[in-house]
Amino acid sequence: MSEGYQATIAGTQRVLDGLHRLGNVQAPSALLPGVLARVGLRDAYWQQDSPIGPVYVAYGEAGISAVRQTSTPAEFEEWYRDRFGRPAAQVARPPRPLADVVERRLGSDVQGEIEIDLRGVSTFQRAVLQKTMEIPRGEVRPYGWIAREIGKPGAVRAVGTALNHNPVPLLIPCHRVVQTNGRVGEYAFGSAAKRAVLEAEGTSPDLLEDLAKRGVRYLGDTEDHTFCLPTCAGMHRRLTEPRFVTFRTPQQAVSAGYRACDVCRPALAS
Amino acid sequence: MSAERRVIEQFDETTADLPRDLALGLDAHFERLVRCYQDRIYVFCLRYTGSPEDAEEIAQDAFVSAYRALCAYPTDRIRALALRPWLYQIALNGCRNRARGKHVRLVQMEGDEDGHSEIEPEADERERPDVVLERYEGTRELGVLVATLPERYRESIILRHIDGMGYVEAARVLGEPVGTVKSNVHRGVQMLREAMGRTANEGSIQG
Repeated sequence: MSEGYQATIAGTQRVLDGLHRLGNVQAPSALLPGVLARVGLRDAYWQQDSPIGPVYVAYGEAGISAVRQTSTPAEFEEWYRDRFGRPAAQVARPPRPLADVVERRLGSDVQGEIEIDLRGVSTFQRAVLQKTMEIPRGEVRPYGWIAREIGKPGAVRAVGTALNHNPVPLLIPCHRVVQTNGRVGEYAFGSAAKRAVLEAEGTSPDLLEDLAKRGVRYLGDTEDHTFCLPTCAGMHRRLTEPRFVTFRTPQQAVSAGYRACDVCRPALAS
Repeated sequence: MSAERRVIEQFDETTADLPRDLALGLDAHFERLVRCYQDRIYVFCLRYTGSPEDAEEIAQDAFVSAYRALCAYPTDRIRALALRPWLYQIALNGCRNRARGKHVRLVQMEGDEDGHSEIEPEADERERPDVVLERYEGTRELGVLVATLPERYRESIILRHIDGMGYVEAARVLGEPVGTVKSNVHRGVQMLREAMGRTANEGSIQG
């Protein structure tokens, strides 16, 4: 046997040993629960950091099913079984694409596609929640705005109830819906938490309260003569410049010669 | 390591009744199917793509597809199913689609001036069991080489030498004659041997 041939044999053996070692890998622990949740056999949940501290996030066949803050996993599981009639098992972390989407949703302006399980909610509540998802980060809308936008202008109180039963707070941003008088208002996690989340998103709860106290509900741009809700992105920029006026009612704005902003749609066209 | 192999073999023994059980009650036995095959299917996807993130997604999708297919199959068909090659075929399709859908992210090996490559996993990767294993000298480099082999060699090599599958079953998964798979494995090993032998810091193999 030539030396070259022996070297080849040794080299081949080294490759085969190396390949064998490459096979000694275990599947990530999130794989099995991820599969079972997606095919509807067993919902899963994990603990997730959020602007209001750790919360539990559950998911199943049809997407994210719940976000909830409880003191123990056992308490969460009990609540979950009561509310959805099926158990959820805790996992260390969510399966891959879901983890990234939730992380982005909770912490940034980037809003990738997310599947949320709204099978258990009424048609009315679904309309409310879907409309709420349209409110951009850094902005807020009054309950009455949601009611009007979904074609039920008289259902302001029902909108509040629907949002209070939001199965996935934070992910569907019910914290961005405020009282019709402009005050920050109530929240499933408490009003202090609501202020904290808004603050984390760059909305100043103090400014909102201040405007509400002064009875200011709309801001008008003195250059293009449109009027907006106070946190409308376009108006927000202008707040630093002395080119806005304040209004208490849409009627007041209209009679001053202002028209409603197309983006935040502050009032019904009249 | 041989202990882990033995564990895998033991799982295989328990899979003999699995098609029958799945035919009787899919929902009751599907979790067992995932437990039995998740390591193998994940390894296949990991070595095919070279990316733990992609591998996790593809493996998960493969089992979800398998479940949906089993829901639609008549019980006779489930009972007659050769589960392992069938699952590998689903995973293989997933890997191929992923590779075609987007550019494969090549992990380039960076060499320092002396020509030594120093490949350190990202800090948060260090604790992953698969990465820990790759601290064996050269294993990580070999993983990169495998993931950049031309498809036909890569597929055959992973099935035969990483997953330890016989040629007949590998040929069945790939839908190719046994002779073709054998020659692809042979040629693939040769390419890896030559690449490993080179001192140059190349991160991929041109085919």
